[in-house]
Amino acid sequence: MATTVQTRPAVHRVEHVGSSKLTEAIYRILLYGSVVVGGVIFAIPFYWMLRTSVMPTTQVYLFPPEWWPERFEWHHFKTPFAVFPFARFFLNSTFIAAGSAVGAALSSSVVGFSFARLRFPLRDIMFVVVLATMILPEHVRLVPTYLLFVQLDWIGTYRPLIIPNWFAPAFYVFLMRQFFMTIPRELDDSAMIDGCNPIGLYWRIHMPLSLPALGVVIIFMVTSQWNDFLYPLIYIQGVSNYTVALGLRLFEGHMTNNMQALMAASILGVLPTIILFFFAQRYFVQGIVVSGVKG
Amino acid sequence: MASISESQTQRGLSSWFGRGGKPMKPSTREAWFGYLLASPWIIGFIVFTVGPMLASLVIGMYRTDFLTETTFVGLKWYQNVLRDSLVRKALINTAIFSFTVVPINTALALLIAVMLNQGIRLQSFWRTVYYLPSVVSGVAVSLLWKWLYQPDIGLLNSILGPILRPYGIDPPRWIFSQEWALPSLIIMAFWGAGGAMLIYLAGLRGIPTSLYEAAEIDGASSFRRFFAVTLPLLTPTIFFNVVLNIIISWQVFTQALVMTRGGPNNATLTMVLHIYNTGFQNFYFGYASAQAWFLFVIVLIFVILALRSASSWVHYERV
Repeated sequence: MATTVQTRPAVHRVEHVGSSKLTEAIYRILLYGSVVVGGVIFAIPFYWMLRTSVMPTTQVYLFPPEWWPERFEWHHFKTPFAVFPFARFFLNSTFIAAGSAVGAALSSSVVGFSFARLRFPLRDIMFVVVLATMILPEHVRLVPTYLLFVQLDWIGTYRPLIIPNWFAPAFYVFLMRQFFMTIPRELDDSAMIDGCNPIGLYWRIHMPLSLPALGVVIIFMVTSQWNDFLYPLIYIQGVSNYTVALGLRLFEGHMTNNMQALMAASILGVLPTIILFFFAQRYFVQGIVVSGVKG
Repeated sequence: MASISESQTQRGLSSWFGRGGKPMKPSTREAWFGYLLASPWIIGFIVFTVGPMLASLVIGMYRTDFLTETTFVGLKWYQNVLRDSLVRKALINTAIFSFTVVPINTALALLIAVMLNQGIRLQSFWRTVYYLPSVVSGVAVSLLWKWLYQPDIGLLNSILGPILRPYGIDPPRWIFSQEWALPSLIIMAFWGAGGAMLIYLAGLRGIPTSLYEAAEIDGASSFRRFFAVTLPLLTPTIFFNVVLNIIISWQVFTQALVMTRGGPNNATLTMVLHIYNTGFQNFYFGYASAQAWFLFVIVLIFVILALRSASSWVHYERV
């Protein structure tokens, strides 16, 4: 494979295969056609969700199904709040996501800085271990961490969902370290001459420069905590403490005959992550580039 | 390590660690800061990773519900794992899921990325369209797809029905049918291909255009340019993603619980769902631990196989 990249000897004719106007036009039509058709396929589930949430009850269960609501009924978006404390669920999810994200960002940034900039024995071995834990199926820890939290009497609190994230999750350490590696070392030297110790160096130079990377960690952590289901399912007790994910599942059990309200609740459930995505699209893309391409 | 514990004070914050009056060597001082700043990870690694993993091995030797009963049973659970027909079912289901979702999603993500990289108009719009489904996940998406798969009035069959019925074929009953339930979860996973697509798109942008120009001058067709230039240069990115996706796909859980509860007739029972049921529904925490280790070893084997295969197809030459 490696050799194919090298330039071949110039014995080949300079010939643009498929460069005639007609084939080019056909190619563009096929290309745009596929992009549009694929895009429609990817977007249709969202459409179906919206369409269902505003349809009158008499129309939702028609066979064959209809594509366009005969009139728009927005009141289905109120039903979730009337039946369950959905506003409370949003607050709970926000609390868990925010608490985890801030802790994960701070801890992984400090650790990432240490791995990127300070020299100490075993550092490189430790970083290899960080990489190894990234590819660790985490469910091997499920039962013992549960036992640990039972011993700590943390069951029924949000602590098992938040506090483990304060200890520098491996993926984010990797991400932060990769980011710090791109900061020029000359900055370190000038700060050191000014009498900064490593903590000052981190706090005054690296942390402010790494705000975009911190943004990436916060956004990734918020989305993954918002969408998480297994851990809240295990640790949270009592409906008023439920997250949005648990609330949706509970709601489903009570709303088998009200698909509009269920889809309305689902829309509300995914809306925060979608809004976050649109406001922070740059960070999403950047985070994915750092984590995926340079990996 | 010894040199560090015997180290001395210098000035400022490093005096925390000092014991005598002599200044600390700069490298020792740096090492102390290194450990200090890395300590959140070190502590977390011991308390939330290594400790639990070892504890899991030990818990797997007990019959325990963590409340009333704790009996040592030796290797019984580990032997059971290999004989249990439900574990085997879960293993096969999860393997089928992983081995179809990972390659197809990789190909699909690559295809979309390459298409969007052809200088099409409104690229960022299309990128968002394809990426957005992978931002949302979890219970809401499972509920949505459960509704799309509804056999009579769901979206899928309202499209497939009119196409298939004239030929006398009834559209599948999706998550309600034993044959189609697992394929349903697989098809649903394709909707999330946008995450990897975004990574490949970024990787494609990183390929220097000079290489394409060179290939074009050499008369390489666009088809050949893709396989000779694009694909080899993208292999490190593809590799990284494939490894991550192998691990993620083996942990499939939410869809299986929310959409089908593992049914019908265990057709969608996955490994993590089975571990959850064994431990947190039936309170056999020891057996759940043993199963979790079994899953860990299986995933580890596939990851190692993937890593070992890397040298034969991953192109690490920097251009």
